[in-house]
Amino acid sequence: MKLVIKNVVDSAGKKIEIACDNGRIVDTKQVTNDFNVYDGKGLTIIPGLVDLHTHLREPGKEDAETVLTGSRAAVAGGFTAISAMPNTNPVADTAGVVEQVHRLGQVHGLCDVFPIGAVTVGQQGKSLSEMGAMNSSEAKVRIFSDDGHCVSDSLVMRRALEYVKGFDGVIAQHAQDPRLTAGSQMNEGAVSAQLGLKGWPAAAEESIIARDILLSEHVGSRLHICHLTTAGGVELVRWAKKRGVQVTAEVTPHHLLLTDETARSYDPIFKVNPPLRTERDVQALREGLADGTIDIIATDHAPHPAEDKECEWAAAAFGMIGLETALSISYLAMVQSGLISFSTLVEKLTTNPAKIARYEGHGSLATGNWANFALVDLAHNWRVEATSIRSKSKNSPFLDRELPAVVVSTFFRGTEVYSR
Amino acid sequence: MISHLLSISDLSKDEALNILDTAEELARVTETPVKKLPTLRGRTIVNLFFEDSTRTRISFEAAAKRLSADVINFSAKGSSLSKGESLKDTALTLQAMGADGVVIRHPASGAAARLASQKWMTGAVINAGDGTHEHPTQALLDAFTIRQHLKNSSGDLSDLSIAIVGDVLHSRVARSNVLLLSKLGAHVTLIAPPTLLPVAVNSWGVEVKYDFDENLDEYDVVMMLRVQRERMDEAFFPSEREYSRRFGLNGDRLSRLSEKSLVMHPGPMNRGLEISADSADSRKSVIVDQVKNGVSVRMATLYLLLGGN
Amino acid sequence: MALVLDSPEINRALKRIAHEIIERNKGIENVVLIGIPTRGALLSARLAKILAELEGSSIEHGTLDTTMYRDDLRGSAPRSLGRTEIPAGGIHDREVVLVDDVLFSGRTIRAALDALAEHGRPRSVQLAVLIDRGHRELPIRADFVGKNVPTNRAERVSVRLLEIDGNDEVRIEGRA
Repeated sequence: MKLVIKNVVDSAGKKIEIACDNGRIVDTKQVTNDFNVYDGKGLTIIPGLVDLHTHLREPGKEDAETVLTGSRAAVAGGFTAISAMPNTNPVADTAGVVEQVHRLGQVHGLCDVFPIGAVTVGQQGKSLSEMGAMNSSEAKVRIFSDDGHCVSDSLVMRRALEYVKGFDGVIAQHAQDPRLTAGSQMNEGAVSAQLGLKGWPAAAEESIIARDILLSEHVGSRLHICHLTTAGGVELVRWAKKRGVQVTAEVTPHHLLLTDETARSYDPIFKVNPPLRTERDVQALREGLADGTIDIIATDHAPHPAEDKECEWAAAAFGMIGLETALSISYLAMVQSGLISFSTLVEKLTTNPAKIARYEGHGSLATGNWANFALVDLAHNWRVEATSIRSKSKNSPFLDRELPAVVVSTFFRGTEVYSR
Repeated sequence: MISHLLSISDLSKDEALNILDTAEELARVTETPVKKLPTLRGRTIVNLFFEDSTRTRISFEAAAKRLSADVINFSAKGSSLSKGESLKDTALTLQAMGADGVVIRHPASGAAARLASQKWMTGAVINAGDGTHEHPTQALLDAFTIRQHLKNSSGDLSDLSIAIVGDVLHSRVARSNVLLLSKLGAHVTLIAPPTLLPVAVNSWGVEVKYDFDENLDEYDVVMMLRVQRERMDEAFFPSEREYSRRFGLNGDRLSRLSEKSLVMHPGPMNRGLEISADSADSRKSVIVDQVKNGVSVRMATLYLLLGGN
Repeated sequence: MALVLDSPEINRALKRIAHEIIERNKGIENVVLIGIPTRGALLSARLAKILAELEGSSIEHGTLDTTMYRDDLRGSAPRSLGRTEIPAGGIHDREVVLVDDVLFSGRTIRAALDALAEHGRPRSVQLAVLIDRGHRELPIRADFVGKNVPTNRAERVSVRLLEIDGNDEVRIEGRA
């Protein structure tokens, strides 16, 4: 498919034309008469977004999401590469499971689905999974995580960090001290004290981050901190980067916008792991993202069927969907607030995650890259409606909210895979 | 007036006083040969108990029956709570049965609020204890009892000094009482080992002490909270003996309380742990009055929520 | 706001009612006055005083709150409760005179009859009101009336009494 996108601007607002042929971006000098023309007047073109933190639920919980429905949600949000967390059933801790998930993504052909491998067998935190085999499989796994669980055993974490050095892998840690958070329901503070919901101290997250930074420094490995939520955590990562530790960090869109005050409704739509924190933490996360301490935005898209949220807070599942609102929420929190430019935001959503994960051909509109991009209307708002959500689950805290930045169209390898 | 009673924070000071004043009149009426009022005739009130609490259920049942309501006791304990479906499905059942009011006791904080905020049912919801959140009618009956003994049954509780002693962290009674007693003008002091206080307790606007003996004679009311023995296993305190010595109301502390002070306990008591038998049975103890007043306060609550509208 | 009764007129009306009560019951020996809060209770206390002066003997009087017996609670905000105080002698086999300020739909009196029945079986129940404004919705009439005042439904009869309102007067509000 030969295609040229005309009359668009790039994320910095500069007029640009993008041509693609055979799934790749080509020099516009190669455009000939047989190229189809897409007139993108008024739209901004951005590289397809790259998510390093997605829960697709397949295999095992297909009533919540599948690789197909998750891919549809991804492209509706402007993503062309998503990274499937391994907490499926069975756990993605062998080459077989990761290859299956990867193959499903390729078959559906909407976006790239890159499996993340479990660090330990069954995510039990005890013995290392066959990370080498997963890396050399067709799925070419480069990120390993026990997400949903923390690799809490210090020795296991040390070994994991060391082991993946052998193939330039990275350990993505879900920082949560399990003992300090047994039964925890929400951020521990004034709101939890009043609501009588068991508190989840910031220290339970920060102590693991601090430990892992020291381990990473000691063994010289790459460490990625999943979903930072606390001001203290930002401070620790800032300190680590200053020391030259190879640490990267992510933040979710919802943690950039929502606080624990939302729990006052007792509506579990706001129940998420790690929990929503305080206004002070939100400000620190925004500052951390703006000054480069936090490298990327990742969705932690966590679909759950209605019955897992239509219940008491304590009985409800943790998590919220985010693929379809990530760009808009981040835009609202970071760009409309004046903290960063749109082009910097785009780096956080695609260029930087592609670099961390070593996803070749992703993350920029450079010639030779995959022709993965999205066309975005920054001048209009849209409304999040349950009926138009592509994800199989509707557990978004932003339902019925009017948001900025509309994804108009998404292209994957030169083919339009989503159109609003 | 509010349409549900989920938390003391739903009530203004005037609304809280109105409940107490109404309860006062109802208590007077029920002392006469009149045991039953026709006010809620034809109305259905469901006691929805997901947790055992015979005393609270009986108290609400007596209150509803004295107002001539039809009472249905729905014990949902033992039904699957691993998923919350049962709360929703139960609510849909109640709606189908035409419940005008639901009195809910539930082990999960916020369960009453969930029931009230969802569109599952239309009746008034009264929180009869949700997890470690609140137990508003208990606080109202406590305030009623304090007012009866120390304020001649009228007005607010200003100038009274009230100590709440024990496991504040896990106590819904404490949360409701902190809100209500403060709202009514009392000076509230929480006394507990730091492990049994929320870390953000300083946001509650009350005094906090770790030493029960300090200025013991200055309290007008000492309210003892039930200590659950399993908290010891979770390392909230080292042993029952140490807890009892430091935070229990024993004979020695009882003797040091001021002349007119009251001893209260929401029950059920662990005699010998947080309260000694002689304290529980002393003439300062108004624990039996608390139980009795519960019926009047719950009648007032039911009347004010269901009598109009 | 049209003035219906001023202070001296209210006193004269109560005195006349007192005389009628004595005449009807051939004295006050077996009579007990029960006022309906708030203003009916105040009027009942005044009547008791007048009766005692006229007869030279005391008369028992009490109050009876009817709120919990009303059939029109639904659809409006819950009402605060008034005080119920049945005199020590009770009402059993007595001539009970219910006292209220304004007789309108009759629903308060119906509720009062129900409430009264909970406290015993009077020999008779009579009704004294300061104002009868008509528009009955139930087959109820007053035995003793201070003044009959024709009104339309939209109007409001406002009774002010010295004890709680600072002055004595009855007015009709909302009359064009």
